[in-house]
Amino acid sequence: MEENLVTLTIDGIEVKVKKGTTILEAARQAGIDIPTLCFLKDINEVGDCRMCIVEVEGRRGFATSCIQKVEEGMVVHTNTADVTEARRVVLDLILSNHVKDCLTCTRSGNCELQALAQKLNVLNIEFPGEMTKHEIDDLSPSIVRDFNKCILCRRCISACKKVQKVGAIDCINRGFESCVSTVGNYSLNDVNCTNCGQCIQACPTGSLHEKETIDDVWVKLKDPDAYVVVQTAPAVRAALGEEFGMPIGTNVTGKMITALKRLGFNKVFDTNTGADFTIMEEAHEFVERFKENDNLPMITSCSPGWVKYIEMNYPELLPHLSTCKSPHQMFGALVKTYFAKKEEIDPNKIYMVSVMPCIAKKFERQRAEMKNDGLYDVDNVITTRELARMIKQANLDFEKLEDSSFDNPMGEATGAAAIFGTTGGVMEAALRTAQDILTGKTLDKIDFEQVRGGDGIKRATVNIAGKEVKVVAASGLANAQKIMEEIKNGEADYQFVEIMACPGGCVMGGGQPIKSSKIRSEVDVRALRANCLYSIDEKSTIRKSHENPILKQIYAEYLEEPGSYRAHKLLHTHYNERPKYNFKEN
Amino acid sequence: MKTIEEIKEIRKNKREELDLRVNTKADTREKHILVCHGTGCTSSKSPRILENFKKIIKEKNIENVRVIMTGCFGLCAKGPIVIIRPEDTFYSNVTPADCEEIIQTHIIEGNRVERLLCKDIDGSLVNRLDELNFYKKQKRIALKNCGVINPEDIDEYIAFDGYKAIEKVLKEMTPDQVVDELKKSGLRGRGGAGFPTGKKWEITKGYEADQKYVVCNADEGDPGAFMDRSILEGDPHSVLESMMIAGYTIGANKGYIYVRAEYPIAVKRLQKAIEQARDYGILGKNIFGTDFEFDIEIRLGAGAFVCGEETALLESIEGKRGQPRIKPPFPAESGLWGKPTLINNVETYANITRIILNGSEWYSSIGTENSKGTKVFALGGNVNNIGLVEVPMGTTLREIVFDIGGGIPNGREFKAAQTGGPSGGCIPAEHLDTPIDYESLKEIGSMMGSGGLIVMDNTKCMVSLAKFYLEFTVSESCGKCTPCRIGTKRMLEILEKLCSGQGTENDIYRLEKLAVNIQKASVCGLGQSAPNPVLSTLKYFRDEFKEHAIDKRCRTNECKSLAKIQIDPEKCKGCGLCQKHCPVNAIEGEAREKRVINPDKCIKCGTCLTNCPFHAIN
Repeated sequence: MEENLVTLTIDGIEVKVKKGTTILEAARQAGIDIPTLCFLKDINEVGDCRMCIVEVEGRRGFATSCIQKVEEGMVVHTNTADVTEARRVVLDLILSNHVKDCLTCTRSGNCELQALAQKLNVLNIEFPGEMTKHEIDDLSPSIVRDFNKCILCRRCISACKKVQKVGAIDCINRGFESCVSTVGNYSLNDVNCTNCGQCIQACPTGSLHEKETIDDVWVKLKDPDAYVVVQTAPAVRAALGEEFGMPIGTNVTGKMITALKRLGFNKVFDTNTGADFTIMEEAHEFVERFKENDNLPMITSCSPGWVKYIEMNYPELLPHLSTCKSPHQMFGALVKTYFAKKEEIDPNKIYMVSVMPCIAKKFERQRAEMKNDGLYDVDNVITTRELARMIKQANLDFEKLEDSSFDNPMGEATGAAAIFGTTGGVMEAALRTAQDILTGKTLDKIDFEQVRGGDGIKRATVNIAGKEVKVVAASGLANAQKIMEEIKNGEADYQFVEIMACPGGCVMGGGQPIKSSKIRSEVDVRALRANCLYSIDEKSTIRKSHENPILKQIYAEYLEEPGSYRAHKLLHTHYNERPKYNFKEN
Repeated sequence: MKTIEEIKEIRKNKREELDLRVNTKADTREKHILVCHGTGCTSSKSPRILENFKKIIKEKNIENVRVIMTGCFGLCAKGPIVIIRPEDTFYSNVTPADCEEIIQTHIIEGNRVERLLCKDIDGSLVNRLDELNFYKKQKRIALKNCGVINPEDIDEYIAFDGYKAIEKVLKEMTPDQVVDELKKSGLRGRGGAGFPTGKKWEITKGYEADQKYVVCNADEGDPGAFMDRSILEGDPHSVLESMMIAGYTIGANKGYIYVRAEYPIAVKRLQKAIEQARDYGILGKNIFGTDFEFDIEIRLGAGAFVCGEETALLESIEGKRGQPRIKPPFPAESGLWGKPTLINNVETYANITRIILNGSEWYSSIGTENSKGTKVFALGGNVNNIGLVEVPMGTTLREIVFDIGGGIPNGREFKAAQTGGPSGGCIPAEHLDTPIDYESLKEIGSMMGSGGLIVMDNTKCMVSLAKFYLEFTVSESCGKCTPCRIGTKRMLEILEKLCSGQGTENDIYRLEKLAVNIQKASVCGLGQSAPNPVLSTLKYFRDEFKEHAIDKRCRTNECKSLAKIQIDPEKCKGCGLCQKHCPVNAIEGEAREKRVINPDKCIKCGTCLTNCPFHAIN
């Protein structure tokens, strides 16, 4: 035990930490908060920004505390005159090449650079000078890049290259001209970006943000002719509260619904109901394929970043993808058909808004396949963050709002749908329904712990109706790539594969509240938000999608049965090989 | 494939054949015409000189004369250089057209071509190479074979004890003994930082791994430096041999030479050398009949200065963007592809074979207490003998500049010498007697660096000089860490302000503050040393900075914006020529009246100055 401990002194405090701990971690354990900027635990540990420099006795030059490991007997000083001056100069230099329009910046109040400037009490810029100038790239439906605010921490690059193994962005040019860019400096919209938004989650400043579309929602909400319907994804309720200072993982479903109603939406529905439809369709699709041993493994298709990724990188595996649309698309299609008919509303007047933890959904909703009778299933996708901004704009004191419930007739959802928002959740929900279909019984065993948890790849063999079913749930595109390679090379014999583009699933989506590097190193944000969803599931009276009475009703009244012609027309889609790069000729 | 006996045979026979190269009293009727094919001479058409000689010899059917290409002789200012051996006659500034006369007069008639003989600084004719003052205080160890052998002929290398050191190491020494010998020799890294080489080898040897690498850093990037280039071009096999010794010592079977693509001749000769060594079975498996195997590959750099920094170099070999890594871990522990890697620069390697063959005692007898051996410098700037020099450590700057370098041209005064390129500093006249070694240079605010040595006379503005080096670092910063990426740019901006007369005294303070902090906070050697040219000029020439900032004056007039052009009313005769020639109509005054320059309009082009017949404008 003692062998694995290292004793060192930091600012006069004796600290015992595990071998292999970085100086930064050791200091934080001792209650000393060394500032960092480029550091993002496990993702970007490069030591570029130089904010975390400290003095180590006997060592030439400063040590990079975010990377360098503790050594027995090390004596560290985090706050000598030399260190503080150097750190201050470095921050000054960063600020000297940063557009400081903080008051009108989307990240104001949640900006790591702003926080550092406050922490180090920067009151003026001592070394101003020429600033690099970049054009803003807002062609992508999901991501806006404003590199005039970029501090070259490269957290986005690591998120894209290491975590997602997409590599749409990297550093180009050298020295002062260095900047983050794409191949050939094309718009993110024209390169191999999957729109997952993990870069936004990684960005400490306002350099990367979602393409905000809330103004369009406001216009429609004020338009007396528009019938504005909103639906909210499962993961939104587990994170929205954070934007109002509530603890991570607080379930704010009731307050969220009240807020949406107060914002003036005509109907507030639950994407979870859509998720139940997805399960119905997908479980039936799986059962059919499983029986026929046709195009196995079947791979889930509800993560639009993932779908774009496979279209670009593994077109040969597209037949494995479930043809099911994602829950909010299914739900949007049903709102504009079943609901419109039932309520006698002109579908042309319905403006369908989805509140999503995801920015790839902004891309997904405008895909040509996501239309029915000339109308988009969904007209606008806003993120959890954007909804929070709307609530603030509407002068609502979120924490004080009463709880209320989703509107009928499409407001009932199961526990199975709630867990859609976390990795393994879609798999578990589908298995619950599939096993009942396959056995023809109502089984009590509904928890599939093997596919829960934060691991990037979770493999399991489950027994359904006496048959072994090999399943795997992977989240994060680097992990997805591993699974695809296994399938492609014939090294795996999975029958069912769940993929979510974002590491940890939708709870960690690109549209969720952004957590600072420090919070991300200290708290398991994913687990807290996922637990919120699992507890919703646990408390639900109905926990299997096929038992949802609303589904039964809609199938009976309108869709007939899963996989029917109408179900296919509204709830299923198709995929195409997609070029990674769309370079226009000059 | 050659057996060890066959190689010994080549060594013996070839050595006899080439005795005249190093022995002026050699008893032979043969003559060797050596034509320098170093960088400078090559670009002044020495390959055509070589061809011409060959053609004439063939045409005239002359026997017993051979024409040989060699590496650099060092005195580049006098190039193209032709040496005739054994008598060692030194012809300078030879053109292809001179070949005929040299053959006729020297070879056929046995007389020297007086007009082509090299002249020393005092104007005296130099008969033999070793009579030149330029060579008198030099000691050639790393450059031993440069100018002696044909670098493209492995047999000539073998003749001069080539591949004898690796043979000795493989047959007679354990890796520990090699390390021990190197440690005792006192050799330190010649790339600039001066880390003890034996210790580095020992540390790398100490790490257990399934694969280790030996890397040669040939990414010489300092402006004006061509030490490593000359070694590679003049004696490529010595680098290969030393890398093999390194491989044997640390337990590596693979070596990489990372060389700039801007060194095409060096690359070509290295490539040839590797092929020849493979042909002879010197590189490959079962070298000299032992279990030892070693092979070397060349990797070309794409011209980034920072790739001379060892970890950036490793990144580049791995195919990544050339950016430094944070140290520790050092390459000895985790280098190429995470494996223990030994990196030395070209000149360091060039010393190894000599140490192995002549012993550490011999080597450590040269130099100072803590800096042993010799150092090669590329001597340039305002000095008469521009070229490549190798001197024992401890030689003073004065000896290099005045004895070897022949002093400052045009009767001007020595102002400063810059060592270490953009990472180094300026040494003013008061430190001319500083002995050149790692510690002494550091003490006076400069550094050994890789060996660039630029001499400046009193027409050079020190603020402009600092600006020049900062321009270099700004364009060569890789952009990884903040202090170097933005900080060097800000320093340059301040220097530009000072040079254009926009600066204030506070700017000098800000410049210094930036410099100190960039030095401390940058990730790699490039950023950490980028402020050195500023800090050392500030240290020794602060008055010049102040003049720029406060008096808006540049004493050398190098800073054009600060130059003030005035017409001396005493001398002006009112001829109006200045007015007529001024391109911007900045000169005012009526016909036959004294003229005045309107400073608001004047662009300081100097046209009026050259056109005034009465020297009234200054």
